[in-house]
Amino acid sequence: MRRVWALVWKDLLVEFRGREFLGAMVVFALITIVTLNFAFDLSRGDRAAPGAGGLWIAFLFAGMLGLGRSLAVERDRGTLEGLTLCPVDAGTIFLGKFIANALFIVIVQAVSLPVFYGLYNLPSLNPMVLLIAVTGAVGFAGLGTLFSAVAASSRAREILMPLLLFPLAIPLVIGTVRATTLIFESNSADAWPWFNLLAAFDVIFVTLSYVVFDLVLEE
Amino acid sequence: MMQRKPTDRSDTLVQGLGLLTVAVLTVGIFMAFVYAPTDRDQGEAQRIFYVHVPMAWLAYLAMGVVLVGSVGYMWKRSARMDRLARSSAELGFLFTTLVLITGSLWGRPIWNAWWQWEARLTTTLILWFIFIGYFMVRAYAGDRERGARYAAVLGIIGAIDVPIIHQSVTWWRTLHPEPIVLDTGGPNLPDSMLATLLVCLAGFTLLYGYLMVQKTRIETVRDELAERELASLFEPEVETHDRRPAPVSPKVSGAAED
Amino acid sequence: MTGEDQYFHIEHVYKRFGTTIALRDVSFRLAAGEAVALLGANGAGKTTLLRTLATLSRPTRGSVRAFGVDAWSARAEVRARLGVVAHQPYIYPELSCAENLAFFATMFGLEDAGKRATRALERVGLAGRAGDRAATLSRGLLQRLNLARAILHDPSALVLDEPDTGLDAAGRDLLSEIVRSQVARGGSVVLTTHALDYALVLATRVVVLADGRVVLDEPRELADRDAVALAVGAGAVMAGR
Repeated sequence: MRRVWALVWKDLLVEFRGREFLGAMVVFALITIVTLNFAFDLSRGDRAAPGAGGLWIAFLFAGMLGLGRSLAVERDRGTLEGLTLCPVDAGTIFLGKFIANALFIVIVQAVSLPVFYGLYNLPSLNPMVLLIAVTGAVGFAGLGTLFSAVAASSRAREILMPLLLFPLAIPLVIGTVRATTLIFESNSADAWPWFNLLAAFDVIFVTLSYVVFDLVLEE
Repeated sequence: MMQRKPTDRSDTLVQGLGLLTVAVLTVGIFMAFVYAPTDRDQGEAQRIFYVHVPMAWLAYLAMGVVLVGSVGYMWKRSARMDRLARSSAELGFLFTTLVLITGSLWGRPIWNAWWQWEARLTTTLILWFIFIGYFMVRAYAGDRERGARYAAVLGIIGAIDVPIIHQSVTWWRTLHPEPIVLDTGGPNLPDSMLATLLVCLAGFTLLYGYLMVQKTRIETVRDELAERELASLFEPEVETHDRRPAPVSPKVSGAAED
Repeated sequence: MTGEDQYFHIEHVYKRFGTTIALRDVSFRLAAGEAVALLGANGAGKTTLLRTLATLSRPTRGSVRAFGVDAWSARAEVRARLGVVAHQPYIYPELSCAENLAFFATMFGLEDAGKRATRALERVGLAGRAGDRAATLSRGLLQRLNLARAILHDPSALVLDEPDTGLDAAGRDLLSEIVRSQVARGGSVVLTTHALDYALVLATRVVVLADGRVVLDEPRELADRDAVALAVGAGAVMAGR
């Protein structure tokens, strides 16, 4: 466990000092949220569903951009080889990367949600939305870390990442968007089953990714 | 490494399987077009179900076999398990494509639309994308062994994800204030229709089995060829090695004269 | 001869990349207390051999044993006892020298990661730059940091690919000192270099690769400088063929 935290701490330091992609992720999420207004007219009518959908599309795309880079950078620099030469199992490296990536998505959400509230006046700062946001981030980070590693040593890695991640992440998209829509419709009680479902998805996806990560890293 | 040499006996068995497949499928097609009554509500269009349902069953069966092969590969790293997974994936992709096509053909007259966001159909569409991802991962890995590992990752995650996707799409539909698409098939099928469906299911499952046998054989030969090509690259070296002084030589050897 | 004192024992190893063969029937042993210099022209297979020893590359054929176990199937165990320097430094430029070393010390499961890092930095003469980011180091100093990272966990064997790259005279002395003390405490070293004379001073044994084959393998005392140079040169001709 000490090693997992060392990996997370290392990733956070590298990111905050190098400013490789976190800043770009945040800006990308914001610009997507702004573009939303032109894609769906959010000034009137039933805004809950398109608002929730757009918000999660922003997180999904921003997260994918960042996650796609997370292992590619290490591979290009050769430091991934350095990590695999450490006497740790692939699962440990997965957990370190996964926790760091989940934190990055949560940071993007922490900036985006208040802006979303300011722009559209939908209750995006409701504690329940925050809970759903974090739960969704965990699942995306789990699958995203796994496929980031797959894409990192493949050709056409930028296109491969969404091709693999999007179909498999559909349960997460459905869960997060439905739950957020219900909360935006002031129907928080009905969102709870979706939260439970998302939590279950998180457990399944993170566990699976942890188990199979050895297949990806072994070179 | 490749112990499985196709013998005459196994050839006969495979031929037998092929003939049986043709026989059952012929009966199935006859039953589908002649024996089974025309559906009261849906008319002749309903007959496509005798192909559509077996295709759907095979698409998911094939994904299940991909899962088995992928887990086996993760466990043992055996080339055989990888061949099983990749053969089944190719057939699965074919059947999934056919499910989508036959489903649309049926949907056009019945739903008056090529497509409905119904749970089973949606899941099948996503399965189709998962299969594409499966082939792309292999093709883009740049190395056979690495491709096999990455494909196993997708085979495992994809296969386990499919029922989860189905469930989440079902809940999404039921909790959504829109009419639920009529549930076709159902248990109240007349006996003659059920019998036809069962024969077609059996026939197409046999077809899957037959194609799997042939496909894995082709893949085995392909692997054998790759292995042989590898051996031929090394062989001249192995021969000359004997004439060469021992690798640990007292003076410069080999290189200067070569 | 087998088992623990035989640090590396590889037999009839072939390595193929696509249609090119990097190693052809290479057999090679490395005992405790030996320092082997691998020489050879560019493309002779030196790096591939080192990567095979470092469990970074799996041979197409042949067996690789390290510390008496199969190197690939027991690679976690083997890696814990190896100190590796490759072409690309395993260093994060955004982290300081001390942070880099402390991170890897933790990853190797060492107690007192901070102290270990300080000690390793002192050994390579970088104590004064401990707090500086690795990105600010010059090529030679980065290579020193990379060496410090490799010896951090007192590995049984050092596997060094061109460790003298970018090093000045003082840096080379430092490298010699590291190699000697590794041998003195019963460990072993295998390194590649293009500096023939330096190799003949540094190593206890010289191995020359040409076109993926071992063409010369002798103890330093017996190695004739001209013969070694000829073997390397012949390899260069073959590589250009």
